[in-house]
Amino acid sequence: MATSTAHSVNLADAMVMTPPPMVDYLVVAPLVIGFVFGALCLMTRKNTGRQPFIAITGLVLMLAADIGLFWHVLQNGTVVMTMGRWLPPFGITFAADMLGAVFALIGGIVGLAGGIYALDDVNQTGRRYGFYPFLLLMMSGITAAFLTGDIFNLYVWFEVLLIGSFGLLVLGSEREQLDGATKYAFLNLLATTLFLLAVAYLYGTVGTLNMADISRKAASVRDTGPLFTIAALFLFAFAMKAAAFPVNFWLPASYHTPRIVVSGLFAGLLTKVGVYALLRIFLTLFHVERDMLAGTIAVIAAVTMVTGAMGALAQNDIRRQLGYLVISGIGMMLAGLALGSRTGLSGGVFYAAHSMVVMTALYFLAGIMGERMNGFALNKAGGLYSRMPWLAAIALVLLLSVSGLPPFSGLWPKAYLVKASLDVGAWWLAFAILLTGLMTTIAVGRTFAFSFWRERTGGEAETASPQGAVSGAVVGSLVGLTLLTVAVGIYPEPVIRVTDRIAGELLAPAGYVDSVFPADMTPTQGEGGPQEGETQQ
Amino acid sequence: METAMAFLTGLFFATSLYLMLSKHIIRVLLGVAVLGNAVNLTIFTTGRLTREIPPIIPDDAVVPIDAIANPLPQALVLTAIVISFSFFAFLLVLVFRSYQELGTDDTDEMREAEPVDEPAPPLGY
Repeated sequence: MATSTAHSVNLADAMVMTPPPMVDYLVVAPLVIGFVFGALCLMTRKNTGRQPFIAITGLVLMLAADIGLFWHVLQNGTVVMTMGRWLPPFGITFAADMLGAVFALIGGIVGLAGGIYALDDVNQTGRRYGFYPFLLLMMSGITAAFLTGDIFNLYVWFEVLLIGSFGLLVLGSEREQLDGATKYAFLNLLATTLFLLAVAYLYGTVGTLNMADISRKAASVRDTGPLFTIAALFLFAFAMKAAAFPVNFWLPASYHTPRIVVSGLFAGLLTKVGVYALLRIFLTLFHVERDMLAGTIAVIAAVTMVTGAMGALAQNDIRRQLGYLVISGIGMMLAGLALGSRTGLSGGVFYAAHSMVVMTALYFLAGIMGERMNGFALNKAGGLYSRMPWLAAIALVLLLSVSGLPPFSGLWPKAYLVKASLDVGAWWLAFAILLTGLMTTIAVGRTFAFSFWRERTGGEAETASPQGAVSGAVVGSLVGLTLLTVAVGIYPEPVIRVTDRIAGELLAPAGYVDSVFPADMTPTQGEGGPQEGETQQ
Repeated sequence: METAMAFLTGLFFATSLYLMLSKHIIRVLLGVAVLGNAVNLTIFTTGRLTREIPPIIPDDAVVPIDAIANPLPQALVLTAIVISFSFFAFLLVLVFRSYQELGTDDTDEMREAEPVDEPAPPLGY
C-alpha cells in the first residue's frame, strides 16, 4: 500500500495546529465531569450509602467548572473549542459566550442545591432506581445545551436532558406520576422532533450546522431561502419546550407529580433551556426574522404571563400553583426577547436567572410545607406559623420575590422589562407585566395566609403530621437559594452589569461569529458545502 | 427524485398527524414513531439526493475534484434513528405501565394527575 507522502497535505488548512491553552478546556469540563460522575453513580447503584457522596462531589466539581468558565469568559470573552482539532465549521464547536456561561453557572448552582435537597427527599428505593445517575446525566445535558455552538449538537443535548428527565419523572411509578409522565414525554418528544425538522430545513437551506457559520451565511440566502418559515418552526418547537401559552398544557399536567426535588429541578432548569434556545436562535442566528416575528412573540409573552397567573389563582394544590407560576415567568422572559432592545434583553435574561433560583427554592419550600401539613391542598392548610416561624420568614422572602416586590431579586428585571416596553410604546405589554405581578401577589399572598396564619382545622391531622426537626440538607439548600435571591435583590449592580453585557453581545452577533472564526484561522473552503464530523450518539 | 421523496415524506407526515390526533395513547405512540421517520426522510432529502459517488481523492489532488456524495445527512439520520428508537422503546414501556396502572388508554379518562373533582381554592378563612 503506497503511503500518502507522495504529496504533502497542509494540515493547517483544516486543523488547529497549536494546542489550545489549558484554561479553554473549561468549556467542556462541566459535561465531562457530569458524565464521569454519572457513570460512577451508575456503577455504585446498589451501594445506596456511598452514592450520594459521589454525586455531590460530581455536582460540586461541575459547579466549580461552571464558576471557572464564567470567570474565564468574563475576563477574556467568548471561549471557543472545536472537537477533534478541526477548524470550525468542520468539527463540533463548543462556544461559551456570556449568555451560555451565565445559564450554565446558575444551572450548576440549582443542580447542586437539588442534589443536597435529595439527600433527605430521595429514599433508598429512589436511589436504587437511579435517581443520582439520572440527575447527573440531565445536568450534563442541560449544561452542554448551554455551551454548544452547533445546532444539531443542541438537538442531541436536548434529547440527553429529556431522557434524564423522563427517568427522574417516573421514579417511583405511582399512578399520578405515570399519568403526568405520559403527557410530558409525548409532548416534549413531539417538540424536540419538530426542532429536528427545523434543523433539517435549515441545513437544506444554509448548508451548515455550525451556529456561527449559519449566522454569517444567513444573509446570503435570505432572499432565496425560506428562512422566515424555518424561524417560525423554531419558535413553535422551542415555545413548546419553554411552555409558552398555547402549547404549555404538558407542564401543569406533570410538574406536580414527581418527588418535590425533581419538580424543583424541572421548574428551575428545563423550561429555561427552551428560553435559552429561543434567545440563541433568534438573536445570534435569525435577528432579521426576530424583528419580523417580534409582534407575535410579544402577544405570546403577554398571554403566557397573564394566563399563567390566572392559572395560579385557580389552583388548590400548592405544587400546581407553582407550576403555573413557572409558566407566568416564561412569559416575562419571552417579553424580553420580543422587545429585543438592550434594556429588554437585559431584563429578560435577568428574569431567567432569577426564576431559575426562585422557582426551585419555592418547590423546595412547598416540599417542607406539604410534609408538615400532610398534603398540598390549600383548603386543608394551616397552622405552620406557630410551629415554624423561621419557615414563614423564608416563605415570605420567596413569595415576595416571585411576585416581583422589593427588596428581592424579582423586582429589578421586571422594572427593566416595564421600562423597555414603555420605551417602544408597548403600553399593553407593560400593563400585562404589572397585571401579572398583581395577580401573582394575590395568589402567593393567599397561599401564605392560608398555610401560615390560619389555624389548622381538624385536630387529628395536627397530631398525625411529623413534628421533628427538618433535616439539615433540606434547610441548607433552601436557605442557600433564599440568601441568593436576597443578596441579588439588595445588591443587583454586578448582575445588571453582566446581563447588560449579555444583551450587548446578543445584539451584536458578529462578535460571536468572529470568536468562532478568527480572521487568521479560517479554513480554506471548498465547494463541497458542509463537511461536519459525526456527532455523539 | 426530490419530488417523489417530497410526496413520500408528505405521506409520512399525514399518517403521523392522523394517528396523533387519536384519543388512544397507543395510536399516538405509533404516530410519534412515524413522525420520527418522516423527519429522518426529510433530513435525507434536504441533504440533496445524489448518486453514490465515493469520496476518492486522486494522488495529485488534496480535495475531491468532482462532487461527491454528501455523508453528513446520513450521519445525522443515523443519530436521529438511534435517539428516536430508544425513545420509542421507553414510551412503549411507559404507555404499557400507565395502561396497567390506570386501566385505560383513553387520554380523556387519564385524569389521575389533574382530577376533575379538584376543589377550588378557599375564598376566605
